[in-house]
Amino acid sequence: MSNATAAKSPPVRPELFREPGDVSHIGAIERPLSAWERITNVTAVRRVFILVLLAVLWQLYSTYLDNALMFPTFGATAQAFWDALVSGGLLRRAWVSIEVLLMGYAAGVAIAAVLTTLAVSTRFGNDLLATLTAMFNPLPAIALLPLALLWFGLGRASLIFVLIHAVLWPLSLNTHSGFMGVSETLRMAGRNYGLKGLGYVTQILIPAAFPSILAGLKIAWAFAWRTLIAAELVFGVSSGSGGLGWFIFENKNELLIDYVFAGLGTVIIIGLLVENVVFRTIEERTVRKWGMQR
Amino acid sequence: MASAEVQARAAPQTAGSADRAVRPLLEVDGVTLQYKTKEHLVTATYRVSFAVFPADRFVVLGPSGCGKSTLLKGVAGFLAPAEGEIRLNGRAVAGPGPDRMMVFQEFDQLLPWKTVKQNVTFPMRTSGRYGAAEAEERARAAIAKVNLAKFADVYPHMLSGGMKQRVAIARALAMEPDILLMDEPFAALDALTRRKMQEELLRLWDDVRFTVLFVTHSIEEAIVIGNRILVLSPHPGQVRAELNAHEHDHASQDGEAFGALRQRIHDMLFAERIEQEEAERNE
Repeated sequence: MSNATAAKSPPVRPELFREPGDVSHIGAIERPLSAWERITNVTAVRRVFILVLLAVLWQLYSTYLDNALMFPTFGATAQAFWDALVSGGLLRRAWVSIEVLLMGYAAGVAIAAVLTTLAVSTRFGNDLLATLTAMFNPLPAIALLPLALLWFGLGRASLIFVLIHAVLWPLSLNTHSGFMGVSETLRMAGRNYGLKGLGYVTQILIPAAFPSILAGLKIAWAFAWRTLIAAELVFGVSSGSGGLGWFIFENKNELLIDYVFAGLGTVIIIGLLVENVVFRTIEERTVRKWGMQR
Repeated sequence: MASAEVQARAAPQTAGSADRAVRPLLEVDGVTLQYKTKEHLVTATYRVSFAVFPADRFVVLGPSGCGKSTLLKGVAGFLAPAEGEIRLNGRAVAGPGPDRMMVFQEFDQLLPWKTVKQNVTFPMRTSGRYGAAEAEERARAAIAKVNLAKFADVYPHMLSGGMKQRVAIARALAMEPDILLMDEPFAALDALTRRKMQEELLRLWDDVRFTVLFVTHSIEEAIVIGNRILVLSPHPGQVRAELNAHEHDHASQDGEAFGALRQRIHDMLFAERIEQEEAERNE
């Protein structure tokens, strides 16, 4: 019994005092990162490296395959891209697509803003948004194009209509879930300042939910691109002068497969630019600076 | 109107506690607070009454579940009383407003998208109470007062918990609210930082003489911070006692009187629990 209790109590040890010693022999406590570490810390460098790697793999595989009709080499595609850019009016085609895209995107964002503001301020709005997104989000935008053509005729209006459909639902869904996730403390802090209605939404809810909103904007941008290119591929002539989708379609008909690849490449390049320049800059200046996202 | 004024002025005198004629700043008058969860209607406090006078450091103390935080939310205007009335300067509280600035327990009460200075300036601007230049000046002064001048242009995510709470206090004080509401503001801090923050708050009070309604579950903190302590019993919160603690601070913490007061409060809260446990056993 006494042995068992003695075993359970820790030994009493003498107290200990020391002066902090000289640590200069371990060298600098802070040291600058090496050049290699600093270069690999730049995200752009790492991303470009991945792109170069993919291009090399493409070139190697297509050279091995040696079938320009099925899978042109990276070199041939780059050449076609350059030719189309200089003489084939690729830039003008791309601009036609982007112009329509921006109009549809802006309209979709505006409607989503109204709808989600309504949803956070009234219960009816909340139910409305929940029901509408459940109904329309799974519906592919392209499936609405025949109807749109019937209602708005051949032309931009139809494309913008399907673009709004493509943008509105995913963006509303993300924004709304962002609003729902704003912490109770921040909400109370905002109301404590006497903020109400629109001021409360713009000054508290939107910045607090910005990470979700930004994610929604990115998803919506990708959805809009997909929808637009698909719409132009199917009903290309409808947009009058013809955009990137129509460029791809035309060249496929003429079996200029390297030009088809160049068209697809343009879509990809625009996507990369928007993601890595536009959205990245917004991220850098907002959510990252605020410590809301790493 | 005149008679009400006379009555209000007379009240403290009849109580014999004040020789000056002082009107209570905040009156909580028979307040029952209820809130709904998904399945229940919870009565958090039942007919709680007390009065806070200007420059009071009024502490609401009680175990968890006594509705002290709910009471503070009631005073802040986030929750309307089911019964009774909460009056500030004689006017019934109708909703949240910047005349009662709240300091929350959670560190995420600062707006992450604003720097320390912008956080302090923001309520002054949105309430329209101060012009841009004046708000800026007041923010600078308030931040200096909580010793964060060096961090004025830093975003909240780069601050430690204690620093965030200091910003929240600076933000509240810069507004010069009628009353400062603090909901366990130091509960999430480590013991050393908490002690430092308590000292700082008392020093600030010495400086500015603001009125504060302070909620805590720590008996020691209540005695150190408060000059008057309202002890609540749990389930639902009812007033158990209103005690004086104006003689105590950190310096007297090891004294006999401090210990005796702590023991009295402890017994009050503990007796409740024993009675309750016995009642449960008898059921």
